[in-house]
Amino acid sequence: MAPSSSIEEVLAKAERDEAEKLQSIRVEKELELEFDVGNLLALDKNAPDLRDFRAQKKEDFLRSLARDNAQLLINEIWKVPTDRLDGVVVAKLPDPVTRLPREKPVPKPKPPTKWEEFAKLKGIQKRKKTNLVWDDVHKEWRRRWGYKRAKDDTKDWVIEVPETSDPNEDQFAKRIQAKKERVAKNELNRLRNIARAHKLQLPGAGLAPTGQPSRSELAKAEQVAKLSTASVGRFQERLPKEKAPKNTGKRRKFQPNIGDFSTEKQKQLDLLKIMDGKKPRLDVTKAVNKQMREEDMENASRQRKGAGKKGRKGHFTGKGKGKGAGAAAGGKNRKPRKGLGKR
Amino acid sequence: MTTLDRVAKPKTKRSKRFLQSREPKLTENVKNAMIIKGGNTSETVTNALKDIYSLKKPNAVLYKKKNTARPFEDQTSLEFFSKKSDCSLFLFGSHNKKRPNNFVFGRMFDYHVLDMIELGIEKFVSLKEIKSASCPEGTKPLLVFAGDAFDTIGEYARLRSILIDFFRGPTVSAIRLAGLEHILHFTALDGKIYMRSYRVLLKKSGCRTPRIELEEMGPSFDFILRRTHLASDDLYKTAHKQPKALKPKNKKNVSHNVFGTKFGRLHMQKQNLDKLQTRKMKGLRKRGGDVMQGEDAVSPKKSRDE
Repeated sequence: MAPSSSIEEVLAKAERDEAEKLQSIRVEKELELEFDVGNLLALDKNAPDLRDFRAQKKEDFLRSLARDNAQLLINEIWKVPTDRLDGVVVAKLPDPVTRLPREKPVPKPKPPTKWEEFAKLKGIQKRKKTNLVWDDVHKEWRRRWGYKRAKDDTKDWVIEVPETSDPNEDQFAKRIQAKKERVAKNELNRLRNIARAHKLQLPGAGLAPTGQPSRSELAKAEQVAKLSTASVGRFQERLPKEKAPKNTGKRRKFQPNIGDFSTEKQKQLDLLKIMDGKKPRLDVTKAVNKQMREEDMENASRQRKGAGKKGRKGHFTGKGKGKGAGAAAGGKNRKPRKGLGKR
Repeated sequence: MTTLDRVAKPKTKRSKRFLQSREPKLTENVKNAMIIKGGNTSETVTNALKDIYSLKKPNAVLYKKKNTARPFEDQTSLEFFSKKSDCSLFLFGSHNKKRPNNFVFGRMFDYHVLDMIELGIEKFVSLKEIKSASCPEGTKPLLVFAGDAFDTIGEYARLRSILIDFFRGPTVSAIRLAGLEHILHFTALDGKIYMRSYRVLLKKSGCRTPRIELEEMGPSFDFILRRTHLASDDLYKTAHKQPKALKPKNKKNVSHNVFGTKFGRLHMQKQNLDKLQTRKMKGLRKRGGDVMQGEDAVSPKKSRDE
């Protein structure tokens, strides 16, 4: 009897001890906290007790709240698997769960250059070239490119003049020139690739002359040239078999001075009808503007009353000076053939 | 800007590397913060900015001269600074009569302001005022947000997101347990936000998990919420977009049960037994004409019997 009870006692004591130990790290909360161990982050959704907060000293309340939450977070962190690295215990953190915005947009794949497109079409694959190549002249391995490269043609002290070329031509200068041109061409192609990637008009499309201009291109060029005079091509004579230019903008057309009397009469009658009518014609824009202005005024006056002395005194800008209205049409100093502007 | 976009090519390898470090990446760099002193600041604000800088230090830039900027009116100067120092988080401190002791926490996306929230400092206790041991520079803090407001009210939730972004430091795969020394505790209570910074003391508890005691370290703030500028929904969404390459691919036809056993499903085609290669013998040899005879393929042996 005695030994069995002692065993029970021991067990009970062990249990109590365990419970006591856990007591020191246990925290009770109404709602469970949300953890993001990857970010060492916790969110406590429980509303802090306002009465407690006001009763206690503020700092003490905040500290005890923080201690409890920290204890819960630490308990959670201590649950993740640990590892020993160079004699220190590290916890392997899971990936962060909280979604945060990126700093910069997701990188886009690089648009292929013209060569890359072509190579893909033809199935040409890149091959890695070795960095070092054997230089027969110096009898050693040298870099393929750059300083102290193998087969360096800039270091030649003599160049054979080809039979076909002019004997007085400077072959060294020619080589340098060729190299410069290759570099420039490469750069131009790079820029063209950039422009292509951005769907801009390719540089050089308007500048470089095309080899064989087509008939329509020539005609267009001729027309443009003709109009490029001080009088906008008014006094240019036509070539013997030249056709009249097509699609050259609209010109203002006036009613003929003499002719169709019936339409003219109808127009005049319509005008008279409007003038004679009792019902006033409503100009919608004007009416709406007036209405809006009145509302604004009312609002402003109400605000002024509400705000008392505060705030700015009402500045109501009026209609403005009406600059530029209706000055465009007509005028003496009109250019000849306005609207033909193809320049 | 990708490498191809740049019209002016970097002339040296070094400058190329520098520009590459600023390009958008799949897994991004740690967000840097710029801590900007406004055109007019009080002593409180200046000291507070310094303290925040010391908390944030390896990943922060302090602009300590006067910078006349008004983030809520004109964001261009912030955008310029962001581009210049490659920072996507900012803290702007200013002081004027209308908004005394003012902090603006915010973040940028693609060098444009994504969202920012203005907080007024009601009370500030500096790091220096509290005489206790502080944490070493660059300690990754534990972050705790307490209060239902952080979950329910939209502006508070966004503020929480900004503060997490601001203070969390680098994302790490593993952390030294003894190095968990610093905790930042934000409490939303009574219309205010209390930010407290404590040093964590790990005490023995008798079991594996230590008991925690806290010691006030500073800086501590009492904030009130002022103006906010939150990103539009679609901008916010684009900023959260994850690159496809980073998303884990789900494997087809593989499943796991509760015990972690792996199951797979295999799809087998029915085997064509007619084409099965059997023992090669002279007597069993296929003859060209025989095979194509008849509707159903006949074995060579049978065909010979006919």
